Parts: sequence; C-alpha cells; structure tokens
Amino acid sequence: MSLLEVKNIKVHFPVKHGLFSRVRGYVKAVDDVSLSIAPGETLGLVGESGCGKTTLGRAIIRLLDPTSGQVLFKGEDITQLRGSELRRRRRGFQMIFQDPYGSLNPRMTVEQIIGEAIDIHKLAESSSARRARITELLQAVGLNVTHAQRYPHEFSGGQRQRIGIARALAVEPDLIVCDEPVSALDVSVQAQIINLLMDLQQQRGIAYLFIAHDLAVVEHISRRVMVMYLGKVVETAEAKELVRSPRHPYTQALLSAVPVVDPASKRKRIILPGDVPSPINPPSGCNFHPRCPAAIDICKVEMAPLREVAPGHFVACHVAQSEAGLRPAPQSMAMR
Amino acid sequence: MTDSKPLLEIRDLKLEFGARDRALRAVDGVSFTIRDGETVCLVGESGCGKSVTALSIARLVPTPPARYVGGEILLQGRDVLKMSKADLRNIRGGVVSYIFQEPSASLNPVFRVGNQIKESLKLHRPDAATDDEVVRLLKLVGIPAPESRIRDYPHQLSGGMQQRVMIAMALASHPKLLIADEPTTALDVTIQAQIIELLTDLKKRFGMSMLLITHNLGIVGDIADRLAVMYAGQIHELAPANELLAKPLHPYTQALMNSVPKLSGDAERLTAIPGNVPNLGAFPSGCRFHPRCPRARFDCPERSPELDEVMPGRRVRCFYWNAPLPEPHQALNPNNPALIQAREPARS
Repeated sequence: MSLLEVKNIKVHFPVKHGLFSRVRGYVKAVDDVSLSIAPGETLGLVGESGCGKTTLGRAIIRLLDPTSGQVLFKGEDITQLRGSELRRRRRGFQMIFQDPYGSLNPRMTVEQIIGEAIDIHKLAESSSARRARITELLQAVGLNVTHAQRYPHEFSGGQRQRIGIARALAVEPDLIVCDEPVSALDVSVQAQIINLLMDLQQQRGIAYLFIAHDLAVVEHISRRVMVMYLGKVVETAEAKELVRSPRHPYTQALLSAVPVVDPASKRKRIILPGDVPSPINPPSGCNFHPRCPAAIDICKVEMAPLREVAPGHFVACHVAQSEAGLRPAPQSMAMR
Repeated sequence: MTDSKPLLEIRDLKLEFGARDRALRAVDGVSFTIRDGETVCLVGESGCGKSVTALSIARLVPTPPARYVGGEILLQGRDVLKMSKADLRNIRGGVVSYIFQEPSASLNPVFRVGNQIKESLKLHRPDAATDDEVVRLLKLVGIPAPESRIRDYPHQLSGGMQQRVMIAMALASHPKLLIADEPTTALDVTIQAQIIELLTDLKKRFGMSMLLITHNLGIVGDIADRLAVMYAGQIHELAPANELLAKPLHPYTQALMNSVPKLSGDAERLTAIPGNVPNLGAFPSGCRFHPRCPRARFDCPERSPELDEVMPGRRVRCFYWNAPLPEPHQALNPNNPALIQAREPARS
C-alpha cells in the first residue's frame, strides 16, 4: 500500500480586482495532479519557478487547502481534517524548507526549536527524556550536544539546514516534504545535506517528496521523478529512465539545459524560446505548445492526458505518445 | 597583438574591511589578466571574494568600509586604484560595464526601460541617444516586439527579459570589458541557458572581453576561455577552461567537481567536502583549504603555498597537488571522506 496517495488535486487561487474584490480569474497553481509515494521511497518533483511544485508540496501537508481532490495519508483522507485532529495527524508528515535562515525562529535556541515539536506531540515523559531525545536528534544530523544552547544566527547555512532536519525528525514522521532543501546552500555543502538525507532515509525508512529545480540533484536522490510545467505533470518515470530517455519535449529541453560539469561531452543545448507563461491566463491546449519545438496542430487545441509510453513511464504529450505507438486517448480515460 | 598589454591586469590585489587593528581581508593577493576578446570566469562559493574582486575593477566597492592595502588594477595600462573621480566616471560604462545577479533590483522600478537604456546612451554616446538605437539594442538582446517594450516598466517584464534589458544597457556604451556577476543565478534553468547563449553570441559579435563570476562550474564550460577558482580570498587554481574542467589539479577544485551530482543515472554517493566555507576573518592559517582537504599533510597549516605555474598556462596553489594521496600517518585529515573513498577500492 502506498504511504501517500494524491488524487486529482487542484489548488486554484482567486485573482481579485476592483472595488468589491470581484474574482476575475484563477491562478491554477496546481491543476489535476495525482501521485503516490510508497513507504521509504523518494519521489522527486522538478520544474521551474511558478510551475506549482511548492504549492503542491504545501497542499499535500495541508499548509494550503486544496481546491479539490483528495490526499490520502496511510489510506485516510486528510483533506477534510481540521484543528487538533489535523495536528495529531501531522506527526506523520513534516516539511523541510528552502531557506534555512528564514525557517528558524531567531529568538529560540536550538533546544527550544527542536523541543517545541516534542512538546506539541507530547513525545517526552520527563525533561531528562526530552533532553536525551534532543541530543540524539542533534547527533543524528551531525551536530553535537554543545550546539543545543545556541541560537540560529551562530550557525552556517548548512548547519541551519541540519537543525531544520532535526526538527522535522523530532516527531518521527513517515514522510518529509523537502522543498528545495539544498538550493540556498553553497555547492560544497549541498553534497553533505544530500548525503545526510539519504542516510536518514536508510536508517529510518522515511519517505521523501523531494522538490527542487535542479534536475541533477533530484535525479540523484529520487527513485522516481515527476516533471511539472504550469501546474500540470508532463512526465513521470523512474529517475534513470527519465534521464536516459526523456520523452516530453519540455523534459528534453530541461535536461539539456542543466548545467553539468562535463567538458568531454559537448552536449547540444536545446534552447527554449520565451518564458514560462502566466498561470492566470495559460495558453490553450497543451500549455507548453508556444515554446515547444515539436508542437503539432492538435497541441494548440487539446492537452494530451498522461499515458504510459513505456513501463512506468508516463508522458502527457501527443507527439511522444504517437511515437510510442499510442492512439489518441478517448476523453474518458484522461487520468490514470 | 597577442603579446601587447592585456586589457586588464590585476596584480596582487589586497582589500580589507573594518578597522585597521582587526581588519578582515576579503581579497588577499589576487592576480590575473584578461586579454582582448577573452572570457575569464571567476568561480567560487559565497564569501570567497569573487564579487568584491569584480567590483574593484571599476572601484565600485565603497571605501570606507573597504580599504585597498596593496596591489594594482591596470585597465588599459592605467591603475584604477589611483584614478581621479572624473577618470573613474569615464571608465564606468565607457570601458567596463556590469550586469548583476538580480535584474529586478538593478533596474529602477519607476522609469520605463527604454528611458533607462537611453540614459546610458546619453552619457556615453550622446549622438546615438534615440529611440531607434534603443530598439536596435533591445532587438540585439532578443527581446520580442522591442518597439512596444521600450514603454514598459521593469515589473512588466519577466526575470529573463529584465536581465536582457540589463545586458542591453551594459552594451549601450560599447564597453571593452563586460563584467557579469552571477548573471543567471536568479533565473530558471531554461532561461539561464538562453542568457548564457546570448552572452556567448554577443561576445563573439563585438569582440568584447568578459569576466563572468559564478558559483556554478556547470555553466562555465560553454563560455569561458580561462577559469580562476577562488577560495577564502585567494585564487587557488588558474588554467584554460577546458583543461581545468577535464583535469582539475587543485584538491579544492577536484572536491568541488566531485560534490556536484552528475546527470549520469548512477546514484552513487556524493563525495561531500566536510566542514563549512570559512568565514571572512576566520580564514585558516597556512593553506586556507587545509581543514577540508583530503591531500593535506602536517605542514599545510604552517606554510602558505603560492599560486605557482606548474605547467604552461596552469597555476595551482598547493604543495601536494602532484604528490600521491597521503598515507594515514602523513594525513592531516585522515577522516576526510574523499580520502577514505580513494582507499576503499584498494582494500576490497
């Protein structure tokens, strides 16, 4: 059974204008996305800014309320939960944020930051048990006991991210949503945090939803990878498969544009024209078609549904699907 | 021509911040040259002094708090550090133009972009300060429908478009040297590829020299002729770009390249560099990379290596770049993951 099951989730933000704040449209930040994560698995989520990857991550752990769709955590629908019920359930899923400077309260010591989570969920019987637990967590993320009484400003970026990880681990979650956990860090420190996350997964069997814009990092840490563009999933496959044979033109361009230190291979860059369009007024049909080098007539009218073109490899692209020998899908089987 | 004076020559530049008795030396003995038409990349992590070095070329670092304590910056043979205010005004824009990391912070939000570009033209090429020239520049940097775009305000443009406007503005004065300080860091990957291609193309068309500052070794391969890798205020390796990327000699460069995931599909463990980037004012003694270095031996904290030419055109600041990995009894950091990893295949 999958740990997390997301079914047709949509997050639409109303755009309000004028005197009476009339709703003039919606930003479709996440539009009909489904995914599932097995226990102990890492699902990578890549896309450029504004593609809805962060919104999706936040909607899954209910920091945002989805407009429609279901989030099943361990088989239970958490989209309708409120208040203390939700708080109790949140013990199962935590989040690590991008900015290690902004996500720690500067007026709290490390012990207070980590201890807060323990207190909320009443995970320690006594103050000595609480202290022992904090020590254990600090050691697990590569910090030491003396750090417990210090404040966030005394730490470097990498160390702060370790504190954020320790805080997430404090409640023994089954799932951690990692939202760009390494993109604010120095290159030489990124690898430390990636290795730490992978080690913790092995020791504790935590599942990750790993959100990042850097395809190389995502590919490295994930078993499966989902690529998003303007609120929709355009391709999903096993990480290796995706890198070796990307089918969607957007994934192909994204892969070719990833800066990789590799002087030997003079890779041919696919340079996409234009910018990511505004999600308030997305293009008709497949919303990638204005930038797509392979677009055909039908792309302007209709978005292809996600369909399986190879085992475990799903693509939402008319061209890629017909290359794989699939006929156009009937409307009814639009989503898996 | 090739042997004539380089466009830019920085010699032993030293720059400090703060009071004299507890000065923080951000740049410590940086030397490099840029010839006509050449692109040099300064690569390094945050706090290594790469931006301050770049800003010093047009003396854009405010003094105080900064203080130049040594060295010279020869731009077309004249020392920028000794120039008068009037001369500085002429070289800023006239000889050297800058593009910065955050285009939205570099553009003035209350003026139309066309007027902002025209301002640069008025200063440096007064006869060309026309709408037609602005449109031509915007077309040059690949902005669609430039005739209508010149009336836009910066907030109406996307990040990539704003960066193109910045580039147009920098080019308006026909500079000899374009300094791009992390020009793509704030942009998405697909837009980043567009901007790098644009810069490569423009550089060829105008025969400009370029100094590109970045922390991303991945983007330099396409564009750089030579690379300088900075760490803790010093250049640690300087070499032709393709040679350096193919075979880095300094342990820091090697470690930096190994710690970045490659798009190979093999999920092997990354070789992380232990520890943190040292803070300004807390640079280690001796070789500044020694606490994190797999090759460090016991004398590394005690004496400072020079940036020596070890092969034609290749300079390295390391005593042991050519020596075999230290044996356990010689190693200063026997627990360095790179060192352990290098030993492991031999054991199994």
